[in-house]
Amino acid sequence: MSTQTYTFPRGIHPPEGKSFAENNAIEILPTPKKLFLAVQQHIGAPCAPVVKLKDEVGPDAVVASADAFVSAPIHAPYAGTVGRPAKKTLPNGRRVATVALDVDLDHAPSGADMLNIVYGGDWEIPADFDVNSIFPAVKSGGLVGMGGAAFPTHVKIAKNEKKPIDTILINGCECEPYLTADYRLMVEYPQPIVVGAILTAAAVGAKTVYICIEDNKPAAIQVVSKAIEKTSNPFGVDVSVRVMKTKYPQGGEKQLIRAALGRKVPFPGLPMDVGALVENVSTAAAVAGRVLRGKALTHRIVSVTGGGVVNPKNLFVPIGTPISELIEFCGGLKSDANRILMGGPMMGFAVGTMDIPVTKGTSGITILTNSEVKKSVETNCVRCGRCVGVCPMNLIPTKLALASRFQNTDVLQAYHVAACIECGSCAFTCPASLPLVQLIRTGKIQVQKLSKK
Amino acid sequence: MSNTQLDLYVTSSPHLSNSKLSTRWIMLDVIIGLVPVIGMSFYVFRWYAVWQIGLCLISCLSAEAVFESMRGRRPHLEDCSAIVTALILALSLPWSAPWYVSVVGSIVAIGLGKTVFGGLGCNIFNPAMVGRAFAMLGFSSQMAAGAYLLPADATIGGLDKGLAEILTQATPMTLLKSGNTDYFTQLISQTALIGQQNGSLGEASIIALLIGGIYLLVRKTVTWDVPVSALISTFVFAALFNMGPHAFQFGMAHVINGAIFLAAFFIASDPVTNPITTKGRIIFGVGFGFFTVLLRCFSSYPEGVMFSILLMNALVPMINRMTIPKPVGFVKPAK
Repeated sequence: MSTQTYTFPRGIHPPEGKSFAENNAIEILPTPKKLFLAVQQHIGAPCAPVVKLKDEVGPDAVVASADAFVSAPIHAPYAGTVGRPAKKTLPNGRRVATVALDVDLDHAPSGADMLNIVYGGDWEIPADFDVNSIFPAVKSGGLVGMGGAAFPTHVKIAKNEKKPIDTILINGCECEPYLTADYRLMVEYPQPIVVGAILTAAAVGAKTVYICIEDNKPAAIQVVSKAIEKTSNPFGVDVSVRVMKTKYPQGGEKQLIRAALGRKVPFPGLPMDVGALVENVSTAAAVAGRVLRGKALTHRIVSVTGGGVVNPKNLFVPIGTPISELIEFCGGLKSDANRILMGGPMMGFAVGTMDIPVTKGTSGITILTNSEVKKSVETNCVRCGRCVGVCPMNLIPTKLALASRFQNTDVLQAYHVAACIECGSCAFTCPASLPLVQLIRTGKIQVQKLSKK
Repeated sequence: MSNTQLDLYVTSSPHLSNSKLSTRWIMLDVIIGLVPVIGMSFYVFRWYAVWQIGLCLISCLSAEAVFESMRGRRPHLEDCSAIVTALILALSLPWSAPWYVSVVGSIVAIGLGKTVFGGLGCNIFNPAMVGRAFAMLGFSSQMAAGAYLLPADATIGGLDKGLAEILTQATPMTLLKSGNTDYFTQLISQTALIGQQNGSLGEASIIALLIGGIYLLVRKTVTWDVPVSALISTFVFAALFNMGPHAFQFGMAHVINGAIFLAAFFIASDPVTNPITTKGRIIFGVGFGFFTVLLRCFSSYPEGVMFSILLMNALVPMINRMTIPKPVGFVKPAK
């Protein structure tokens, strides 16, 4: 283990809130009777359902797909019957069509068996493994970034001769407060992560893999380091753990590349412009599962955590499960629960209903109480500059927010509104409690509208 | 599970905030930072300081309440910004200033300095300096060098003999103005540091200002950039403008005498009226030092801090526009 720790300039130290669920081993949610598979769970073109009402589908059958390159097909987690289509609200507020699936519970494998298929057992890359099989497998397996953004994975690992990728960063920072899903995966199933990382590197021809873990997760650092030693490595990829100094938003793609490699992703530009590829630990494990075991992305680990839930847990669930079932399995809400967030408290979406299906990008459900949330009254900005001091993108959040409020698109553009990653460091820090992120988001929309005209 | 009885709150992320920070705490911090300075002014100027500070506090708070009400708003006295303005104004006045100087200065500071621009956070100029500038122009004789002098034969209650003696001496700024290098031993003396020195109420002791300033730096209420660049720039320009065998002494004398420390830590560092980026604030601090020394050396006033701050305040929008930071990894779009 290296003693050097890596970091990036600026950023914040929010309360970690990991203690709610970090020591709770992954539990299996009883297989739900009904699943709702949203046709758009990723960035890119939405899928169209390819099944009809009352169709019988098998396990891992494709239920929705699209021809576009930037898209990812949706698979049925279990065999079952297609039910009446239902529109559901997704965490981002969009109403999206879903394929309803009545699970054939009599013939469904037990949750424990499923967990074993997805993450368990021994992982070995065969010595005669064909590297060219990785890309088609990932593409057809519906893999997307599971850290939250849900960008189709095959797009990232498509070979690009002009911009070769030399280093893969496996993102195990989980810098978002409260969430512990990635942590539990690293501690309990480190091997598929390492194997998936090696496969990803092999697919793009990268020679180096750094599994990036923050120094507040020493157990994960130790377990993953051991797993690296034990894993066979037929492509000669150099895999190691890189210990990051705990700070938010370290897990942001651009911040992680800067912290771990000292490279600045150009704005506008992509990680491949600096020869890097960032992949979440859960995604890496999913790559291993798809490539070596043929398992499509149909299950994931979701943290249900925060002070507002009775028994915080890390759950292994099929994608499409309504979050109400997860929350119920965790003992339900406490009486002082105040906000249900899809994701963590810094970037998660607050939702007003529990009738929302888990999607590929749902890393956690955070339930906050009144005492965890500060609802304060906005006062005037005194230009103290604290938001400037914490902005990881080196912007002036207060200027952007006020320009957005007064719909001044010239100022929004002059101060580079498009570079904002909406991490929320500024709003967390603001002594005047300005809704900086909210205003900047609307500012981005104002600028986007300009270019459409 | 039914969710009809749930009282969920839907809002934009982030859902956490640093509860330790508020605008009010920033102002309270400045007040705490001023405590040693106020204490020293009580020690040196006795009841004159108590009177002056009390008068400014009452006038500023009343003015804030009246003007904000006139705008149809609930006055936010609890944000403590009017208290900060009052203290800074009082500490920048001579001990002898008559009551109407403080009262008019306060009303102008709050009214013209702050309310007309839209209240806290919207003002372009430092309110206390606007008030003081008005007083200086309106009541020039009550604010001139003579106002700092206690007539040698006067006897004033409350002042002990040793301290009264200090007040009979010309202020260091007046001495510097005269350009007589014989005064150097006195100008760079211990008395300037521990606070037995004539001047405005807040200028009595560099040590007291430094303690308060360091408190603000540690609390991160004030960033290092303005104080450091202001102090260094004052020294450098004072030395440059007085090139010769005594350049170093001139530099030191300009830094440790007069209102430089008060301005560097408590006035120029006012975030509302200085630039938003570190780069901008360094430019601001350097400019402040330059104009202060320029005015001290070449204008008819012995002290240049106030006009220098107001001048730099006016330049802030321009400095901000010149120093828009580039986002991380920024590449200029090809045209």
